[in-house]
Amino acid sequence: MARLDARELAAVFAGGAVGAVARGELAEALGHGGGWPWATFLVNVAGAFVLGYATTRLQERLPLSSYRRPLVGTGFCGGLTTFSTMQLELLRMLDDGRLGLAAGYAAAGLVAGFAAVLVATNLVRRVGWAR
Amino acid sequence: MSAAVVAGIALLGGLGAVARLLLDGAVSRRLAGSFPLGTLAVNLTGAVALGVLAGAGVSGDRSMLWGVGLIGAFTTFSTWMLESHRLAEEGRGRVAAANVAVSLVAGVLAVLAGRYLGAAL
Repeated sequence: MARLDARELAAVFAGGAVGAVARGELAEALGHGGGWPWATFLVNVAGAFVLGYATTRLQERLPLSSYRRPLVGTGFCGGLTTFSTMQLELLRMLDDGRLGLAAGYAAAGLVAGFAAVLVATNLVRRVGWAR
Repeated sequence: MSAAVVAGIALLGGLGAVARLLLDGAVSRRLAGSFPLGTLAVNLTGAVALGVLAGAGVSGDRSMLWGVGLIGAFTTFSTWMLESHRLAEEGRGRVAAANVAVSLVAGVLAVLAGRYLGAAL
């Protein structure tokens, strides 16, 4: 693993700050009723897409020396997406005995998140304009 | 959200992302292998922490600051999916499936454990 440096940490910090605020704004705008946690679902799928796109593009199409990966990938996508809230939401669905909702939410999140990475990766590899 | 809460989320979110980089790096360096243990360690630690907040009854602005800002930025869904995809792509489908399943099951248990801890505080 590459040695840490101050610019890399600053890039991760800045990306994480922007990602977390974006998620906070969306969470507040969409609210949270008792049903499907749209805010978490949307940020997670969108973040997986952006990370798949950015990582593939930076690894396979651009020189590795830039700070774009810590800024966009580690910082922004990591700050935007969340594992912990998804798990808490699943636990609360199980608390309420809504097993079908919990299973559906877990499955939809994983399928959509994985598909988002897959589609973004293939977009970069197959399409010339991605360069 | 008030400007102060937005600024707080930005600060704590930045710190959470940096903390993730450091913990992921420390775990990955010591336990190198095909299974992405660094991300698992980050996500399970964060799931316990969010459970503690929930168990302690933290809500409103404080939940936005610590739950969404610090812990939300600390844990990551996107890297979990990216690493699972890359494992599958390399022909390590079983490791990829294990990475998805172990995180999912252990994550819910971690939040549950954290919630008991938070309720006892």
